[in-house]
This record gives sequence, C-alpha cells and structure tokens, in this order.
Amino acid sequence: MTPLDYDYLRRCLKERSGLVLSADKQYLVESRLLPVARKSGFSSLGDLVHALRSGHDDVLMTAVVEAMTTNESFFFRDKIPFDHFRTIMIPALLASRRTSRTIRIWCAAASTGQEPYSLAMSLKAMERDLVGWRVEILATDLSSEVLEKARQGLYSQFEVQRGLPIQLLLQHFTQIGELWQIAPELRAMVKFRQFNLLGDFSQFGLFDVVFCRNVLIYFDQQTKIDVLSRLSRVMMNDGYLVLGAAETVVGLVDSFKVVPDNRGLYTPNVRRPPAAATAAKPGPRLVAVNGAR
Amino acid sequence: MKTCLVVDDSSVIRKVARRILEGLDFQIVEAENGEEAIESCKRQLPDAILLDWNMPKMDGYDFLRVLRRLPGGDGPKVVFCTTENDVAHIARALHAGANEYIMKPFDKDIVEAKFQEVGLI
Ligand SMILES: C[S@@+](CC[C@H](N)C(=O)[O-])C[C@H]1O[C@@H](n2cnc3c(N)ncnc32)[C@H](O)[C@@H]1O
Repeated sequence: MTPLDYDYLRRCLKERSGLVLSADKQYLVESRLLPVARKSGFSSLGDLVHALRSGHDDVLMTAVVEAMTTNESFFFRDKIPFDHFRTIMIPALLASRRTSRTIRIWCAAASTGQEPYSLAMSLKAMERDLVGWRVEILATDLSSEVLEKARQGLYSQFEVQRGLPIQLLLQHFTQIGELWQIAPELRAMVKFRQFNLLGDFSQFGLFDVVFCRNVLIYFDQQTKIDVLSRLSRVMMNDGYLVLGAAETVVGLVDSFKVVPDNRGLYTPNVRRPPAAATAAKPGPRLVAVNGAR
Repeated sequence: MKTCLVVDDSSVIRKVARRILEGLDFQIVEAENGEEAIESCKRQLPDAILLDWNMPKMDGYDFLRVLRRLPGGDGPKVVFCTTENDVAHIARALHAGANEYIMKPFDKDIVEAKFQEVGLI
C-alpha cells in the first residue's frame, strides 16, 4: 500500500465513520485490512484500494470501515456508570416519569452487546420497582458484524469473566459448549439496530438515558462537538448522558453539564426552548440506517 | 498491603498467580493443597484466597467448608480459580461460600476484574 493509498483510506474512514487515524497507523490499517482483502479475493491491499477508488463497491467500503472499528467491550465496563444507573438515574426517572411510566435508553455504540445487556441485567434486578413500566433499550452500532454477535448474545468464557459477577453469569446465562448465551428474556429487552453516529438522530425520538461510551475518543474534536450537540437535542431535559472514562464534554460543548459529585455523568444544560421537554415523546421509530452518510 | 493465599497443586499456576497478584500489590502465601492451606489459615488468615478445585489431599471445595467454620473464617474473600467450569460446579462453590469464580485459563484482566468485584481492589 502506498502512502497515497493510505491517505485515501484515512479520508474514507473519516468521512464514513468519523474515525481518525494518525499518519503513523499504517501498520494497523494494513493488519486489519489484509483479511478483508483476502476474503474479497484481492491479492494485495493496493488492489483493494484500487477497487474502492473506482467507487462502485459499497459492500466492500462497508467491510473496510467495519474492519477499522475497535469493538472491545466488557460487561459492566468501569462499573461506576452502572452504579450510577441503578442508584441515580433509574430512581430519579421512577419519580419523574410516574405519569408516562416509560423510560427510553440508548446505547449509541453498543458493539457486541455487553453494555446494553449490562443495563438489561441491572433493570432486571430492579424489576419489582418497574412493574407496569415500559423500558426500552435501543442499542446501535456502525458495524453490523458486531451487532450480529450482540443479537445472538453468545460470549466466550473470557468475555463473561471480564466484569460480569459470577452470580449474574449463573442467573442470566446458559452454557453452550465453550460459550455462554444470555437469556432470551434479556435479549428481548434490547433492540439492536445498525446506525452511524454521523447520521440523523431525530428519527429515534427522545431519550431519558444515553450511553455513548468509548467511541468519541476515536473522533476528532469537530466530530465530537457535532455528535454531542446533536445528542443533547434528542435527550429529555432531565435525562442523563454517560460517556467513557476517557471522554468528557468539558471544553467541547456547553449543552451538557456535569452532575455534581458524579464524574462522567452529564445532564443537558437547559437553555434551549422547553419545547423538547414538554412535547409528547414520539413513539420509537426505530429505523436501521445505512452506515454511509 | 493485603495478603492472598494461593492454593493450587500446580507450581506453574502458583507462579503465574503470584506474578499477577504481586502486580496488583498483594503479598503472596502459597499452599499446595487444602490441608496445607488450612494450616496456613490457622496461623494467619489472609485477606484473599485464590483456590483451585482439584487437589490431592483436601480439594478446594472441602477446604472452603472447613475454612468457613474456623474462627474468623468468614473473613477472607475466596475466589475459586479452576478448570471445573460448568454451572454445577460454580453453583456448588457459591453455595459453599465462595465469593467469586474464575474459570481457567485466566489472565491478569480477569483476576483484576474478579478481585475488584469482591472489593479486594
Ligand atoms: C470500543 S467500542 C465501545 C463499546 C461500548 N460502548 C463500551 O464502552 O464498552 C466502540 C464502538 O463504536 C462503534 N463505532 C465507531 N464509529 C461509529 C460511528 N460513526 N457510529 C456508530 N458506532 C460507531 C464501533 O463499531 C465499536 O463497536
């Protein structure tokens, strides 16, 4: 792959997914794209880039972009956000949504499903308080490959040991040979959809809780600002935004403020017209959107 | 510094566990089987016990039952670390008073996650 090929790939990636790669990451790109090239019958990465440049193969482009995403995830990753979910977010929403009895949650970079399933398990533990409530978990990701795995809810022994307390493993998973599958009941609590964060969020309606974790780190400053600003517009005024441990809104947008004493937890900074808050929540129109913008 | 008793009949596993746990700032005591481990606990109870299931003399399961009846024996956090990785074994271990369960093979991330889970880190 020539430096020009690499530049071309970087540009495609940035445009299609927001992911930015520095000039020194060519080795990483090569190691991740070689399998794609081989699978698609190209003898070299140069040939693959050539085919991409011809612009006719959207399937190939999607495969290339997906191969460049980092999909690592664990159950209850970083723990604290899930403690916040149980002890702050849900109790507050149980009080403030007494009338609608509906809570809408969005995992905006759900990867292989550990995050939305961790939320589902947390909700299951609180089910007595949620009798008669409708709780939706929408889980989206750019990559349809990771979503397929998420839908199946099948995890390796290694994956179920990172962050998942053993009692929850026993309670919610079935052993299938070397793998562990999460219970159908929990799978039914999560709706998985392919969706690109560069796309239009408004189709989803308004959310009470948004987990958008460990994805903004891969974007440049402008894209972070853009995504965060648009997120604030699909959130209820008293909703909650949770970012990854290495991510923040501070210094990027003023549409969110930190929930005092709770690092990593944000709530919209209400200065916009209250229309969004008072308008009836539109029902969920969950439409899968193509990865390309 | 917290102490961890590593109970495993394989010296290789003990060595790997020692390296990982020392990296997590634990002081390590080793035992080759359940009997030795009980003697060690009678001398001094550790904060944590990383425990294999299948061992000669006294196995992990029997050790755990004896341990929990010692004075103060409910104190140490016990994390099984074993190749018995089926639901029946896990359920049995929890029933006998284990706090967490690691299925071999394991790595540093898993040990760290499990020790965090039971509040040792
Ligand atoms: C490191 S994972 C984070 C998973 C999970 N949120 C967590 O914190 O464990 C990042 C995910 O973001 C997804 N992603 C990357 N760019 C995206 C985009 N433009 N739109 C939606 N998802 C994207 C990747 O496919 C990947 O699955």
